[in-house]
Amino acid sequence: MHELAITESIVAGVAERTGPARVRSLQLEIGLLSGVVPDAVRFCFDLAAEGTTLAGARLDIDEPEGQGKCLTCEEVFTVRTWAVICPCGSSDVDLLSGTQLRVRSVEVM
Amino acid sequence: MCATCGCSDDTGTRIDGVAVPGHDHSHGHEHSHGQDHARGHGHTHTVELEQDVLAKNDHLAGHNRAWLDQNTIRAVNIMSSPGSGKTTLLERTITGLGAEGVSVVEGDQEPPFDADRIRAPGCRAVQINTGAGCHLDAQMLSDALRSLDPPRGSVVLIENVGNLVCPALFDLGEHARVVVMSVPEGEDKPIKYPHMFRGADLVLLNKVDLLPHLDFDMDRFLEHLRRVNPGAALHPVSATRGEGLQEWYAWLGAHSPSAGTPVRAR
Ligand SMILES: Nc1nc2c(ncn2[C@@H]2O[C@H](COP(=O)(O)OP(=O)(O)OP(=O)(O)O)[C@@H](O)[C@H]2O)c(=O)[nH]1
Ligand SMILES: [Mg+2]
Ligand SMILES: [Zn+2]
Ligand SMILES: [Zn+2]
Ligand SMILES: [Zn+2]
Ligand SMILES: [Zn+2]
Repeated sequence: MHELAITESIVAGVAERTGPARVRSLQLEIGLLSGVVPDAVRFCFDLAAEGTTLAGARLDIDEPEGQGKCLTCEEVFTVRTWAVICPCGSSDVDLLSGTQLRVRSVEVM
Repeated sequence: MCATCGCSDDTGTRIDGVAVPGHDHSHGHEHSHGQDHARGHGHTHTVELEQDVLAKNDHLAGHNRAWLDQNTIRAVNIMSSPGSGKTTLLERTITGLGAEGVSVVEGDQEPPFDADRIRAPGCRAVQINTGAGCHLDAQMLSDALRSLDPPRGSVVLIENVGNLVCPALFDLGEHARVVVMSVPEGEDKPIKYPHMFRGADLVLLNKVDLLPHLDFDMDRFLEHLRRVNPGAALHPVSATRGEGLQEWYAWLGAHSPSAGTPVRAR
């Protein structure tokens, strides 16, 4: 399961910031083009969080679409797949967002 | 603070009763926020973290890259599915180029270790045994470089764990990424693993000696590759027969420290 290492990084990173407080929920942002599958993160989370202050926490996962900027016509457009092609037909595109993997916030007790 | 260099990173704040930026109190009563938070007083607070999950790895990768640059060493991260021919390619490369200017870092999940195949021709090589881990990360490369101790001006070839998914996410501090894909895997690979192919500086299409025996649609493959990565260099090779390896050596030469190729900006 490739998402286990990512999920472990999420747990370790949050635990480092929240100290002894119990974590009730995590608000995650997993970009549609991040290469990470949210369901796989859910699947790995219980295992990764076991025995930590994050055990039993709820995951709220947002999956934002990406944005690309065409280097030919300068149009900024929505990107949903990795076949990044501007509406003008050009594939010379700068990916502005969509690959992010972030912990936006957590709810602690 | 970073334990390695003392530089500051973004993992600074802890909840220990002192002010935490964005520590938002959605409940409407007054109380002192001392030690009672640690014990948990039955209601919740939102803490804004805005934390990049891969930040720690990226930070360490930056250290690796800085160290390599200081020592005028170039690192190439070689990735593929299991069995596409990475170790075979490295064996051939060391024989073809001579072991002097090249050293090898081998990432492997299980013995028998690929590094034993590399050590044979008298080349510097270290093995990273990742156990159940399915990719290399920047910490592993940092440890490996310490024991490898590659000479100044050399090239370090890194064989990542055979896997097209998560190695794409973990920057090691390398200067270039090579994706090896072999003909029997089929022409759809770039579309199935776009994240990996998107990040490639060079794609080596290996096992082209098998083309006459398979229905591999080269045009479709090119179309798929260009859709996810219009800019990557592409060389068809056969690591066992030697076909196309001169082009691969030329590419490596152009990415060696003496060629002064600009450092990959990531
Ligand atoms: N026909 C053919 N076979 C090849 C070629 N390159 C490698 N092979 C064979 O493919 C098999 C796997 O090669 P390896 O070099 O071990 O592949 P790898 O990518 O290092 O594999 P992992 O480390 O397990 O991910 C071996 O049997 C090789 O002999 C090639 O160019 N043509
Ligand atoms: Mg191998
Ligand atoms: Zn356009
Ligand atoms: Zn640092
Ligand atoms: Zn409170
Ligand atoms: Zn992995």
